[in-house]
Parts: sequence; structure tokens; C-alpha cells
Amino acid sequence: MTTAEAKSVSIVVNDETYDLMLDPRRLLSDVLREDLHLTGTHVGCEHGVCGACTILIDGRPARACLTFAVQMEGHEVTTIEAVSDGAELTPLQQALHQEHGLQCGFCTAGIIMTFEAYLQENPDPSEAEIRDVLSGNLCRCTGYQNIVSAVSKAAAVMRERGRE
Amino acid sequence: MKPASFTYHRPGSVAEALKILARYGEGAKLLAGGQSLGPMLNMRLARPEHLVDLNDLIELDYVREVSGMIEIGALTRHHRLASSAELKWSCPLLSQAAATIGHYAIRQRGTVAGSLVHADPAAQIPLIAVTLGAEVVVQSSKGSRVVPAADFLQSIMTVDLKEAEMVTGLRFPMQGPDEGWAFEIFSRRHGDFAMASVAATLSLDGSGVLSALRLGLGGVGPVPLRMQEIEAGALGAVLDDALIKRLARQAADAIEPEEDALVPAVFRKELIETLTARALRHAVSKTGRVQ
Repeated sequence: MTTAEAKSVSIVVNDETYDLMLDPRRLLSDVLREDLHLTGTHVGCEHGVCGACTILIDGRPARACLTFAVQMEGHEVTTIEAVSDGAELTPLQQALHQEHGLQCGFCTAGIIMTFEAYLQENPDPSEAEIRDVLSGNLCRCTGYQNIVSAVSKAAAVMRERGRE
Repeated sequence: MKPASFTYHRPGSVAEALKILARYGEGAKLLAGGQSLGPMLNMRLARPEHLVDLNDLIELDYVREVSGMIEIGALTRHHRLASSAELKWSCPLLSQAAATIGHYAIRQRGTVAGSLVHADPAAQIPLIAVTLGAEVVVQSSKGSRVVPAADFLQSIMTVDLKEAEMVTGLRFPMQGPDEGWAFEIFSRRHGDFAMASVAATLSLDGSGVLSALRLGLGGVGPVPLRMQEIEAGALGAVLDDALIKRLARQAADAIEPEEDALVPAVFRKELIETLTARALRHAVSKTGRVQ
């Protein structure tokens, strides 16, 4: 949607620069999906509660629905599309698959973005720490147990790889 | 769930932000982390004509010690407060409380001054600021003033900020190395706003006599409440379990929470009694002089 007040904005998403004309009120979540066709970022509650739209801003997790796209000029946005290298899954994605850490998959992208960042900060989290971080992402399918197992397993795999 | 239109401003300095504020007055709203304002904009509970994005003001992102006080810049994110090794030593109560704000992703964006000026009665930053007697630094293009947090917070989502003023920082007293401290929170879901919360710091002398006490309650009134009468009445006594129980009961008796269909007033009083006792016991254990 372009209006008379549209602003010329240049944003970097997944290492690609996009030059866009944007109404400042447009949410980053909508711009990612509708303008850049990066539909891996899901939109659930649109007020910061559900965590489905979690992306990375300069490497730190954030709600895309609580961010205006226009704010991202000068910052780097990373979405689920850039997490894995081609068809090869990251340890976290692989662990979610193996541990049955998802069913419908609506919340999964947000959970992956949250924990890809968190496991960089804390490579060896306790179950309580995993549950504390996971509390920011609602999942209505799994009951969370398998997600906790998957994160724990992914952390172990990543630590192992780090040692190699 | 889409915000109404606004004009977007992105000042590069505090001076520039203040100039924009002075120009547009009440039509302008400051955007920091956006974790409270964002939902309000999306739900159109707020429809400012001008949105002033403060996120470039990295000059306001700091934690530093200045003559016995911890100064924290307005734009400092909760995650930094929660993970700062310096703060865990100099003001652990603030650090621990900040680690419970919302969720991990929320804490990466949400800011200390944003939470303070939003003034949700159940929020952590206002409670810790009132409990520790923090000071709020307020600036406008005409100058700056310093306001005690207890005066700054006037009522539910109402603070002592005049047109064209902004908070640029907070000053917290450093906690003593021998001081015990605790923050206790109860909410239905992990990360939700508190149904009730309690913050406490205390000092004991060699024989277990209470020589200093701060007790603050959150989520049970329009603003966080510091229990100064209860504090004063307890000093000089041995802080044993009987006194802890008595102080907890006094705290529950001192509040008059509103009746709420989901959270009856009597339930909030019981929560405060339980959380106060728990906070005092934890605080005692942190002094290293366990009874």
C-alpha cells in the first residue's frame, strides 16, 4: 500500500538490500510477507504476545509486528528464510524434526529465530532456562515438551560441533 | 490491528528529539522499544500524529556508576539490565526483576524508561524504582529536572511528564554488599504482568537485628507502593520467622486492591502476604547471615 506519505526506505533483509516506498505505519511483519514475499515469518496476534513473527534485528530476536519497517533502515533483518544453508537444516531445525517439536508449524519459525539467537548467547541452557525463553512463543499443538527436548538436543549438537 | 497513519521522525540526538517534541507538543509520541506502545498503536488505543523514533539515540544506552549511584540511560534495554555483570553486583534487585519482564525477545527491545513512563501498575521497573528510591532525569529543550520515582509515577499510566519533556535516564542507589534483596512475582502465565509482586532489600547486624528495610508492592494499586510505616516499625527487631509472618500480614492489611472479576481483592491480599514472606526469607538468605 502506497500513500501520499510514503517514504523511500532502504532495508537489508537476509543480506539483500531492498529499496521500497513505504507508508511509515506499515509493520515489518507485513512488509516482509507482502512486499518481499518472505512468508516464512508468520503473523499471529499482531500485538507482541504470540511470538510467531519473531525475526532478528542486528542478530537479536524481536517481534516483527511491533516494529515498523521504516525503522529498519540502517539495521540488518534476518528471517527464517536465511537460517539454513540451502536444503541442509541447522542443528535446531533438525532436532525439532527429530523430536517432533512441531505439528502445524505455525509457531515454528518464531521459535527457531528465538533460539538460534539464544543458543549463541547461552550454548548450554538448563531446562528451566529453555522454558523461560520458550514462554515468549505460543504453541497450541505440542504442549512444549518436545520443543524443550529439541532445543536441548540442538544445544548439545552445537556444542559438539563447536569442539570439532 | 494496523496502526493509524502518522508522520515518522527519526532524530539523531536528544537535542533534535526535544526540538521535535517542542514543535508538535501533544501530537507527538516517543517510540523507544515499542513493546508497550506498539500494541497500543496496532490496536489504535494510541493514534499520535507524529511518532518520534528514539532508537538512534545510542547516547542514552548506558549503565554507569557515578558517585555511589547507578545511572542508567533511558534507552537501555531490559536484556542489558538482566545480563549486566556490573549490575548484578551493584544493583542485583533491578537486574533480577528486569530478567522477568515479558519474554526474551521483548527484553531485547523494551527499554528502562519506556517501561517507567508507560507506568503499568504491575510492571517491574516502576516497582524497583519506587522500592529503591530511584530518581528520574527529565529533559526538555528548556533544561532538565530530577524527580523521585515515587513522585514521577502519579497514577495508572500517568506520570509527571509535561508537554515536550522526555526521560533521559534513571539513577538507582547502589545496593550494599551486605544487603539482602529479593523480588517475587506471581502471574498466571510465565512472563505475564504481575497479579502481585514484591521487592525487598534488608540489612541485619551481627545478631540478626534488622537495621535497614525497604519493602515495595506492585500490581495492587494504581502505582507501586513503598511500605514505609511497616519498614519503620520493624527496625531494631530480630528478623525471625514470627516477625516475617507479622510483616507479611501487615503488608496484606495495608493494601486495598480493586475488586476484579478475575482477581478478587482478597486473592491479591493473600498473594501479597505470601510473596512478602517469601521475599523477606529470600532477602535474609542473601545477606549470608541466615537465622
